[in-house]
Formats: sequence, structure tokens, C-alpha cells
Amino acid sequence: MLEILLDATVRAGTPILFATLGAIINERAGIINLGIEGLMLIGALSGFAATFTSGSLLLGVVAAFVAAFIAGSIHAFITVQLRGNQIVSGLALTMFGIGVTALFGRSVVGQTIDGFERHALPLLSKLPFVGKAFFNQNWLIYFSFLLVGLIWFFFYHTRWGLNLRTVGENPAAADACGIAVNRYRFLAVACGSGIVGIGGAYLSLASTPMWIENMTAGRGWIAVALVIFASWSSVRALFGAYLFGGITAMQLRFQAMGTTVSAHVLQMLPYVFTIVVLVISTIRQQKGASQQPGNLGLPYDREDRK
Amino acid sequence: MPKLLQLQHIRKTFPGVVALDDVSFSIAEGEIHTLLGENGAGKSTLMNVLTGFYAPDSGSLLLDGQPVRFSSPRDSLALGIGMVHQHFMLVAAHSVLENILVALQGVPLFFPRRQLRSRIEQTIAEFGIELELDTPVWQLSIGAQQWIELIKLLMRDCRLLILDEPTAVLTPQEADKLFQVLQRLKQQGKSIIFISHKMREVMEISDRVTILKKGSSVTTLEAGEFNQNKLATLMIGGDRIPEWQKSLPFSDELVLEIENLAVRNDRGLADLDNFNLQLKKGEILGIAGIAGNGQKALAEALTGLTKVESGRVLANGEDITRSCARSSYIAGIAHIPEDRKAIGIAPDLSLDENLILKNFRAKRFRHGVFQSRSAIRNNAIEKVDQFAIKAGPQGSPVRLLSGGNIQKVIIARELSEQPTVLVALYPTRGLDIGSAEYVHKVIAEGAGNGMSTILISEDLDELYKICDRIAVIFRGRLIGYADPTSSSREEIGLMMSGEVSA
Repeated sequence: MLEILLDATVRAGTPILFATLGAIINERAGIINLGIEGLMLIGALSGFAATFTSGSLLLGVVAAFVAAFIAGSIHAFITVQLRGNQIVSGLALTMFGIGVTALFGRSVVGQTIDGFERHALPLLSKLPFVGKAFFNQNWLIYFSFLLVGLIWFFFYHTRWGLNLRTVGENPAAADACGIAVNRYRFLAVACGSGIVGIGGAYLSLASTPMWIENMTAGRGWIAVALVIFASWSSVRALFGAYLFGGITAMQLRFQAMGTTVSAHVLQMLPYVFTIVVLVISTIRQQKGASQQPGNLGLPYDREDRK
Repeated sequence: MPKLLQLQHIRKTFPGVVALDDVSFSIAEGEIHTLLGENGAGKSTLMNVLTGFYAPDSGSLLLDGQPVRFSSPRDSLALGIGMVHQHFMLVAAHSVLENILVALQGVPLFFPRRQLRSRIEQTIAEFGIELELDTPVWQLSIGAQQWIELIKLLMRDCRLLILDEPTAVLTPQEADKLFQVLQRLKQQGKSIIFISHKMREVMEISDRVTILKKGSSVTTLEAGEFNQNKLATLMIGGDRIPEWQKSLPFSDELVLEIENLAVRNDRGLADLDNFNLQLKKGEILGIAGIAGNGQKALAEALTGLTKVESGRVLANGEDITRSCARSSYIAGIAHIPEDRKAIGIAPDLSLDENLILKNFRAKRFRHGVFQSRSAIRNNAIEKVDQFAIKAGPQGSPVRLLSGGNIQKVIIARELSEQPTVLVALYPTRGLDIGSAEYVHKVIAEGAGNGMSTILISEDLDELYKICDRIAVIFRGRLIGYADPTSSSREEIGLMMSGEVSA
């Protein structure tokens, strides 16, 4: 019973995990991206369409990354090059994503593909309790584990990661060290968006191998909140995403068991939890030293007089 | 000596302001070249042009006789020009190590942390500084942060080092150490641009001095050609300096007592810790200390802008510890804040409105619930005249005034209700000599009328000139009092570093 719940937790948490990781990369560079929901949809549709036409799941994932990378570049161009308002640009990106995927998704509505299937990893999947839940999954989930580690390593053990963190904390200091601030910011937004796109593709290639209009159902917004909960750390994002995955899995389980509580109330739970988590993590961060990148949300203009 | 860098007719404007008009001078190899000028003369702007932060509107830069053009700090760094900015370029949330690492050149993508670490430790030891590499920068004193900036610069292979007011946050002893380092660099053939407005230092260290005034270079003098008086005259040119006299001895009556005051900042660290202070009627009490040792918390606690954790503040025997800013004002405490544009004025409101920000409720400024525009206007006319404010067109936002005039607006407003205590936080910082003298004059005249002043400053010369007593603050504690007529700068310097208590 618990094993099944844990398995469902990982499956429900993975798309949010990808989206949160992508958003963390954005925000570490100092750019707020509220376009996550739209980027996920763009990733979901392009991933599905690519796999549907080519038959290759790998190609689907690549297409999702590329499409979201391009869409994210719009946000990057507006916020980095033009120093526009990050909130407005991000919201516009979400609406753009919803609209454009609804429009171009019509032709593939009702089509199906062969989605990602389980591949038990040798030895690891035999571990007691966690083996089945974590290591008898599909390749996309294994990739998300890898990504958590890679991003952590990138931030804390590579020069580029250190540069990127400096750009997000204090772009003027980065500039004074000869770091190309705008280039770092642009690439962080675009690549982060690409990873968000893979999160969307997980929905249409693994969760339910088909395209449904607006199939993200607010997961992008949960990811935006999770970034704060995870205090901009990829490792804590893993826990945060699975927490939400767990609640989703649990409410589905309750419904299956036939509780008397209305299904609508149960479906609300993950979103209610988002609010609770936001309140708690905001209070926590006000008390201690905040982990938030110092210049989050602020455009950088070298000639601005302080 | 061959010329390393030449600047020719540099001009830089910002919307509505000519920051640099026409600046020309040159820097030779292996010299310490001081840039002297009042605040607002364009020193920092010029240095930002040299380091590629600002693109000049016109004029040219020649490096080794070849014209160069910097489109970003990256370009100037590549040619060996490095700088310690007045506002530190540090990441507060990162460790000392990370802050230095990010500035090093040629660090590979996967950096060998241990090896780099020992290289940095070696450099730090070479200069005899104590720095814990894993501490986050925000926990360090401003003085320590200054050293990090210096280490960053020294570990790069720079031919020209620019230091923008590096001694402002150092004790006299630390400043001496810095000068030794600079002399050593000079012997290695490096060129240094040194910016300061402390005459004593300028005389001690400079090979040549270039004077900037209102965005233009006035002249360059060789060592031996200048003395303190000559430099000061050149700096202010024909500006008139107001005259004032120090007030009579103050009385023994206590107007303000601070007992065991403790204040924590928003990071939970102690800004003030068991702080005691006594202020007498008509006294000008200076607070000396290196920036960041609790001065701001002291001013904010006295004016009700921050929450006091424990301890008491008594004004004329009345406990005002837990009062808000407005009741502090009523208790007779006026405040000249540190950041005049951020909290001293409402930048977009007019001069008239800014002058009544505190007493707009007074009967004479209103008709019932409505404002009395004529009374407010008359008040402004009176203050402009009394405090010699150079006001712009009527109704224009007050932020368009110069720093000196904004400070006069604040002073006029704060003094308008005859306060018993004035808390002034760095009131002359960033002002030209004329305006600074004016501030001193107002404080001295106020003292003559029985007003007591707490003057918080990092400029010992200012404190020596105007104060009756000097209290020294270090890490949020009162180290002791000093008498400006009998204590030496060295004694006060040692107290500022917490080493000796008087």
C-alpha cells in the first residue's frame, strides 16, 4: 500500500520537479519567470507532436526543450535586453502559452502515442521499500534525479555556476569582475525555460500519453511557489516536488477508496497546500537570513546611477 | 616617467546633469596619483568611465599611447585596470572565498578549490590581514569587506589600481597599513589612482595630485608644489564659506540618557549591545567610530525608527524608549538621516511640502481639514531665506535640488520646531565644503541656544573641529569618551578599533 503511494508520489511529483528546477535556474540569475505554466504547456504540446509524427520519445523530449527554450527567449529578451517588467512579461508568456497551445493543439486532440514505460534498474530496484518507487520508473524520471545532482554541482562546483549566482545576487559586482551579465541572464532564462518544457512533456509523454488542452492544470504555478519553499536549492526542490506529488497521490487514493468527501474538495488539496507552504516558508525566511537571490526581479543597467 | 594612461577631454552627461564636462590628465608608470575634489565634482563618474562602467559622450583614452575604447568592465580588466569601488562590489550572501574566486582570472570551469584556497590564504597572510574564508560577507565589518575588495584587486595582475575613498571605512592604523601596501605596489612599478578628500592622507601619499571641480580638471600638481591650504583653495575655487563660532561651554544638566540599550538588526545580530550615553544641555557630542559599528541603530533607536530590544532612553527624565517616530518628534528629538534622498525627503514632492512634512498638522498650516496653501508657501519663503536654500522653480520636485540644498531643506524642517536634541547622522557626507560649513554653523548656533546635538560622523577632522566631547563606539558598545582638546587622533583611532578604552 505505502509502496504504491510512494510510486504514485514520484510519478505525480516529477513534472513539478522539472518545472521547479527550471524556475530555480531562472531566479538564480535574478530573473523572475511567471511564464512557467505557459512554458509547460508549450513543452507538453511540442513534445507530444514531435513524438506523434516521428514515433521517437527522445525526439519528443528534445522538441519540448527546444520549443520552451525559444519561448523562454522571448521572456529573456524582454527582461534582460530591454530591461522590461519581469512580472508582466512572465504573465504574458503564460497567457501566450495557453492560447498558442490551444490553437495548434486542435489537430492532435484525441490522438495517442506509446508513452514512456517502466524500466527497472538492476540491483537498485531490488532495494527494500524505496527500490520499486524510485528505481522501477521510466527514463524521464531517472533523468530528473540526474538533473537535481547536475544543477547542484553546477551551482556550487563550477566557475560558470559561481558566476551565475553572482549575477543573480549582485549584477554590478559580477560586471566589475568582467562577467558578461546579460549573456548569463539570457542563457539562464532560456535554458531554465527549456527544462520547464521537459516538465510539460512529462505530462503528455509519460503521465497520460496524449494531448489535452490546458493539461498542466496549474502545476506551473505550484512550481513558482515551490521555488520559494525550496529556497532556490535543487536538492530541496526534489523534496518539495514530492511533497506535492504525495498530496496529489493521496487525494487520488482517497477518491479511489470512495470517501464521502467531495472529489472537488480533495482536488483542491495540493493548491491549498501551496498557500500554506508559501505562508510558512515566507515567515521562515523573514526570520533567518533570506536565501533569495539579492537582485531577484530587478533589471540591471550598468549606467544606472546609484 | 613614461605615461601609462592619458585622458583627453572626457565628457559624460546623464539626463539633466553634466557629470563630467572636460577632464584631461595623465597617469605615469609607478606613481601614486591622487584625485581630489569635492563630492559631486565627478571623481567616481570619471573612474567609472576608466573601468568601462560608463561610456563617455566624447573624449579619448590613450593606454601606452594607443587609443582604447572600453565597452564594458571586461575590456578594461583585460588591459590591467582594476578598481575598488566606493560602494563595494561584493555579494553579501556569498562567502569570502567565493567573492574572491569570482574575481580571479583564468580559473578553469571545474576549479581546483583546495589549490585556489591555499593561494588566496597565502595572499591574505602576505598582507597580514585576518580573514576567515568561509564566513559570509554580510557578517563582516565594513573594514573587513574593504580588505576583501583589496585582495580581489591584488590577486589580479593589474597595471593600474584605482581606489575610490578606500580609507573612509578604515581606522587610522588600518589606513597606515594600506599605505604601506600601496608604497610596495608602487615600487613594483604599478600605477595607482587614489581618491580621497582627507588632506592629511593626500599629503602623505601622493606623487601628483589632480584637482577636479564641477566636472572639469582644474590642474595637476607635482609633489612639493602643493600644501594643504593650496589644495583646499583650488578645490573650492571662489566659493564663499560661511563663518561660525563655537558655542560657549555647555551646562551640566542632562537632557538625554541612554541606559544599557540593545538593538538587534533584521538578521538577528546585535547592532547595539549594552550601550550607554549621556548628553548634556547645549552640548555637541560627537560619536566616532568606523562605519557599521552601530551608529545607524543608535540614531534610529533615538528617533523611534527601530525597535529597541532592551534598555531605556530618557529624555529630560521621561522614558521615550518605546515611542514611535512621531512622538519622538514631540519629545523634541530631531533627526538628520544618513540617506537623505531615501528617508530625508519625499523626493517627488515640492520644497513647500517637504518643509512641513513633520508639522503639517500644526494649526497654522491648515483651515480645518484643508491645507492652507498660503501659510505653507509663506513658511517656505521664510525658510528659504533663513537657511539660504537655492530653491528651484516653485512647485518643482525637491529631488532636483543639489545634495547640499536638499540637506538644507531637511535641516530647516527638523529645526523648525526648536528641538531639544538633534541627532545628525553623517550630516556633511557628500556635501561640498561650503554646504558642510553651513551645517556646522547651524549646529554650533543651535548649541548656543541650548540645543544638544549628537553628531555621528566618520570624519575625525569634523569631530575635532566642532564637538565638545567625543564618544567612541565599537561593535555596538560605548568604548569611552574623549576630549577633543586633549586626546590625540591615535588615541581615538585605537579606541575606534576597540583596543584601548579611555
